[in-house]
Amino acid sequence: MELEPESFENPLVEGLERLPVRSTVLVIFGAMGDLASRKLLPAIYNLAHEGALPERVELIGISRGEMTDERFREHFRESVDRFSRRRPDQQVLNGLVENVRYVSGSFDDTDLYARLRTMVEGLDQDFGTSLNRVFYLSTAPEFFPVITGNLGESGLNQAEDADVRVVIEKPIGYDLASARAQNEAVLTYFDESQVFRIDHYLGKETVQNLMALRFANALFEPVWNRNFIDNVQITAAEDIGVGTRAGYYEGSGALRDLVQNHMLQLLALLTMEPPTSFEANRLRDEKVKVLEAIVPPTPDEVALMAVRAQYGSGVISGAEVPGYREEPGVAPDSRTETYAALKLYVSNWRWAGVPFYLRTGKRMTRKLTEIAVTLRPVPHLAFQNTDSVGIQPNQIILQVQPDEGVSVSLGAKIPGTKMRIRPVQMEFHYGTSFMSESPEAYERLIMDAMRGDATLFTRNDEVIALWRIIDPILSAWDADTSSKIPQYPAGSAGPHEADELLEGCTWRRL
Amino acid sequence: MSEARWAESDTTPERIETALRELLRERHAEDENLVPARVLNLIVVADREWRGEIINRLERVGNNASRTIFCTVEEGRNRIDATATVSGDTADDGRVGVLREMVEIELGSSHMSRVDTIIDPLVVSDLPTVLWSPHSQEEAVESLLGMVDVILIDTDDPTYFDGPGAALTRAAELIDSNVYVVDLAWLRTVPWRERLAGSFADPHRIAALQSLKRIYVRYDPGSLVSAVLLVGWLASRLGWTPGPLDPAPGGAWRGTAARGGGGHISLEFEPVYQPTRGIAGVTVTGDSGFSLSLDRSPGGMTAREQRAGARPRQWRVLGASRGETGILGEGVRQALLRDQTYGPALHAARSFSP
Repeated sequence: MELEPESFENPLVEGLERLPVRSTVLVIFGAMGDLASRKLLPAIYNLAHEGALPERVELIGISRGEMTDERFREHFRESVDRFSRRRPDQQVLNGLVENVRYVSGSFDDTDLYARLRTMVEGLDQDFGTSLNRVFYLSTAPEFFPVITGNLGESGLNQAEDADVRVVIEKPIGYDLASARAQNEAVLTYFDESQVFRIDHYLGKETVQNLMALRFANALFEPVWNRNFIDNVQITAAEDIGVGTRAGYYEGSGALRDLVQNHMLQLLALLTMEPPTSFEANRLRDEKVKVLEAIVPPTPDEVALMAVRAQYGSGVISGAEVPGYREEPGVAPDSRTETYAALKLYVSNWRWAGVPFYLRTGKRMTRKLTEIAVTLRPVPHLAFQNTDSVGIQPNQIILQVQPDEGVSVSLGAKIPGTKMRIRPVQMEFHYGTSFMSESPEAYERLIMDAMRGDATLFTRNDEVIALWRIIDPILSAWDADTSSKIPQYPAGSAGPHEADELLEGCTWRRL
Repeated sequence: MSEARWAESDTTPERIETALRELLRERHAEDENLVPARVLNLIVVADREWRGEIINRLERVGNNASRTIFCTVEEGRNRIDATATVSGDTADDGRVGVLREMVEIELGSSHMSRVDTIIDPLVVSDLPTVLWSPHSQEEAVESLLGMVDVILIDTDDPTYFDGPGAALTRAAELIDSNVYVVDLAWLRTVPWRERLAGSFADPHRIAALQSLKRIYVRYDPGSLVSAVLLVGWLASRLGWTPGPLDPAPGGAWRGTAARGGGGHISLEFEPVYQPTRGIAGVTVTGDSGFSLSLDRSPGGMTAREQRAGARPRQWRVLGASRGETGILGEGVRQALLRDQTYGPALHAARSFSP
């Protein structure tokens, strides 16, 4: 008796570390771009190396420049040779690139999509069944509506007996209005279940470990609320300057570049309620709920809860470096912030009254991403707090980079005849307990998109919830064209103006 | 690379443990970014004459083990000699450097019956403890079973077991003794299991899974157990009841399995020489003109598919071979995971024995 495909689960899947994925045609728009060259093509190679790609995966690169398939294959090889996290196995690489195809064309040219459709349908025919389709938009955001619109108009947004998905890179919008417009444009032709908005931060092992730490340990959850937590600081500091990204960064700034997506995602994962399951929509429901509990500032409140600044010249690692306005490609009178600090409150039962401090900046003392959760002091001190630095509130530090791990500060007795207390660190480094190499975030995310697992992707209402918090700050900053932008010396911990955001605490030392 | 070494003749477990603690304290005092790895304890018990080969294999394990306790066994030795080494990459850029500990203990066969009393004081408490005894030091294994969480075996290894039937029986005994078994022969089937499962992820093939009528496995002559475990896995997942295999010309084996809903599946195992151990290829054939072959080839596998009324198709399935050099490291990594499908596959594979 022939069973219908839907009538039973594949029993061979049970127990496998790598779950199977249906054969797929992966189309990369912007295949010659920086992101594709540095991240996507090497990630695809590494997936092939590990045998993780579907039984058949057909790759089609699309870009504006005229090029032969052979030249694109060379480019693919060069990208893998240069940026892969492991030295490529030439036999695997040969096998991967030999069937890669290239299609040139302008993204607004309807003929491009007609040719693409012919090519994809030809692959279906060759395989004898419909391949799943993943359209990866590794392009500037202004092309997202153009490409999704043309995919829809040409009928490539759906396929008989196959799943069609579209992967969209950040930034999703430039502000709340443009994010809404972009979502509407994409959702005109694709159902939300087909759309995979990437924030590659969510693909990092350590970010996922944040959920494991919170929800797989009974130790932390009882104190994870306003009764025990005094404040939270989330830091994403970089020691590098704007480098060659001035063109992009001038139009973006620190708030859009890091806070609106990565840092608010960390905040959401840190503060959300436990989801009933780690199914994509259950998890994203909880993130949206907590993001919607963050009250956006009114125009008058912006100055009290947000600080922006630019790095000036200074010294990093013993070498003098220029200030932001002296960097190539940056306007001498630029008002783009390279530093942003925010004070946010989550207005719900669990977190009411707890300040969440977020700061990010370029050209700071060192590269560091961490979440520092400071607990309230003990209610009564039985010891004399003298002859030592004294008892400090406990802190739980979740380190994202450079060393991934968790440390907890505890008060401990200093050896000797007196009862003197000082803080000590209890540390856990992921590197000492899990020696295997983590995959790159893009490897995980590409596989998840092929598999249709949206858990680590951002849903449209989540995007809107994120922008809703940031938009009033951007508007206030944009409207203010005259006040002086605070400066901080390169190599420092940021501007002193940011200290004024803090209530009864100081910024953690970088 | 930072390395510190301690050695002593006629020593005791207590003195070895004290030396290890002191070496770790010294390393950390020298550089506070040097911290000990805390993944698992790996206990290795092997014949003294194979020391060099075992050391080579351990070097290829990679970074998975934290504290390795390597016991070499020599006939007639009564004294315990030991060396302890703590080594690791020094930290740079403010990142932590991870230290690994290696203890090598020279023992005699007279120590084997209570070798647990020598090794137990040396393991890091609360870490999973893994035992690998590549030369069938059964007395040592029995002594250590009560203190280890995982045992690494290779049921393909002819020096370890007296034939495939005995190997599968021993693996089943170990499972019954409540220790988690990581079988390297089973790990050799991983790419084949993943690819077979992936092949039937495509909806046009999944129905064929219920109507398979022939499984034909090609294997390296040293890997018959891997081959029967692969088919044992199919049997356990698909509800087949295998019967004993009969020898066939050319060293091949043939048999059948009864399908749950009625009917039989023909099973064929054929040895083929290849440069590495493990499976060389597998063909699954359905009753409606469908067949799918996967064969080891450079850079992955070659897939060939035949469907009724369609032209044959061939393509390459990508994946780098880990080879035999990587299999022990993979075994150590698997010691931290739990695969619930090995036991049923082993049970089914044991039915192939006459």
